Amino acid sequence: MISFKYLALSAMIGAVLAFTAACGAGNGATNGSEGNTDQAGEENKQLQGEVKIDGSSTVFPIMEAVVEEFGMEQPGVKVSVASSGTGGGFKAFIAGSTDLSNASRPIKDEEKQKLEEAGIDFSEFKLANDGLSIVVNNENDWVDHLTVDELKKMWVEDGQVKKWSDIREGWPDEEIKFYSPGTDSGTYDYFNEVILEDTPIVEKATLSEDDNILVQGVTGDKNAIGYFGFAYYVENKDALKIVPIDGGNGPVEPTHETVESGEYAPLSRPLFTYVKNESLKNEEVYEFIKYTIENAAVLAEDVGYVKLKDEEYEKALETLEALK
Amino acid sequence: MRLIDHAKVVNNMKPRILKNIFFKGVFFAATMFGLLVLGILLYRILTQGIGYLDLQFLQSLPSRKPEMAGVKTALIGTIWLMVVVAPVSLLLGVGTAIYLEEYARKNQFTNFIQINISNLAGVPSIVFGLLGLTVFVRALALGTSVLAAGLTMSLLVLPIIIVASQEAIRSVPNDLRQASFGMGATKWQTILRVVMPAAIPGILTGGILALSRAIGETAPLVVLGLPLFLAFLPKSVFDMFTVLPMQIYNWTGRPQEEFHALAAAGIIVLLILLIFMNSIAVFIRNKFQKRY
Repeated sequence: MISFKYLALSAMIGAVLAFTAACGAGNGATNGSEGNTDQAGEENKQLQGEVKIDGSSTVFPIMEAVVEEFGMEQPGVKVSVASSGTGGGFKAFIAGSTDLSNASRPIKDEEKQKLEEAGIDFSEFKLANDGLSIVVNNENDWVDHLTVDELKKMWVEDGQVKKWSDIREGWPDEEIKFYSPGTDSGTYDYFNEVILEDTPIVEKATLSEDDNILVQGVTGDKNAIGYFGFAYYVENKDALKIVPIDGGNGPVEPTHETVESGEYAPLSRPLFTYVKNESLKNEEVYEFIKYTIENAAVLAEDVGYVKLKDEEYEKALETLEALK
Repeated sequence: MRLIDHAKVVNNMKPRILKNIFFKGVFFAATMFGLLVLGILLYRILTQGIGYLDLQFLQSLPSRKPEMAGVKTALIGTIWLMVVVAPVSLLLGVGTAIYLEEYARKNQFTNFIQINISNLAGVPSIVFGLLGLTVFVRALALGTSVLAAGLTMSLLVLPIIIVASQEAIRSVPNDLRQASFGMGATKWQTILRVVMPAAIPGILTGGILALSRAIGETAPLVVLGLPLFLAFLPKSVFDMFTVLPMQIYNWTGRPQEEFHALAAAGIIVLLILLIFMNSIAVFIRNKFQKRY
């Protein structure tokens, strides 16, 4: 018993020491960096204030990168980024508690209406593109491309067991296994809009909010098909087989080039941020958005998305200036 | 007449011993199963995350570059959360337990309260998140502050603390109370000097377990709309903050493998924090147990 107590005591003391050391060093580091930026601040104007951001978890990595860089230039501005999903973000936006709301789909009419009722004027800014990637298992040697109609036939619930042979002649007589992002995600919303068109998704589909689960699902099953954001495909390129999609002009595979040019249609989706116009009167919010648009191209590519065309960013900056 | 038939006993001996060995094996396997799963989990997390675990990891903000990312804001935020949850939930929880066990009459009303407390302990945490969102974040306009989240988490763990404290108080022998009353002590004096010292090990064990749960919960905080990325630390309970489980959750959802390793490193930090808290409980418990 006594030896156990000594053990517990020494473990505790050890932990306390480790923590105080870590925290102490941490404070030292922040003080140091604040000192440095203060010196730099004599050149550019240092802003104060708060910027509150919420919304899509898909857009979150871009915003995180922007805030990280912006924080080095303007350490006085307290930016917070939450990630409650596109729908959840708009709820907070309507309640008036955020300045920016990120979205991985365009705003819905009912959300617009609620914002109007709440008396909130807003502007929409496009930040980047994402190519929804349709993938199958590596051992799947029959699918060379899919048309939008075939995709719809596969994914819509019609009470029948879906087999590959139902989709196209000569494909194996085996049941298709479906993997889809959860219904709360903007990714699902977008797929719903362009492929499902508001008809229910096939009942047997495995839904998951975690796209890594979808990757694992498709990797582990020869008859599987799934879809998710471009970044998840790029990271798992070797384990998955991408399906070129024929939107009417021949099969196109999602790549940086085809997504940026808009050739990969209709599954290229834009990523947005919505801004409360009233907040733009605060200089820190205005500067933050300006910074976001100016750097979105580089930072979006950094975290795995596809940048817009340069003229789109220039247009966005003009829109922003008109709002000031 | 012989009461014991020796031949029969000898015959039965073998199956009886075998049965004994069999059940011992079953129970041992049951114990080992849990340990094995825990062991595999720890091994995976340690091998995955240990490479990212260093002082820089504790001192850096989250970043899009995995090698520069850290848990500074999340770690400090979690400690801030504890600073609110620990006193609020312990005071309210232990207070309720003392009232119900020592003062309240056993009638239908207290029975009703008792049943509801037990029910509350089983309510999914996300429901508490919704409650916190409506009451603390919106109605009381606390925003996503440390205070709002702390109060929500306090409500979440309150039933656990109440039930554990009640058990602890109930297990104090009645003889001790009678003796105290016999010496002329009032009820309050008896509670303070006799009941509480005897019950404190049990209360603290329950309390620390409850706090450990509060540290690890993610769902209610996601519902509250807690930010994930902050470039600043909270300076008071009215400031925004973020916590470790949310950071870990965010990292596990990223496409890049490196972020999954970061998540594992974050889990290690969370585990160390939990072990640290549990060792405080063990320490206090042993200190007080010496008296009796």
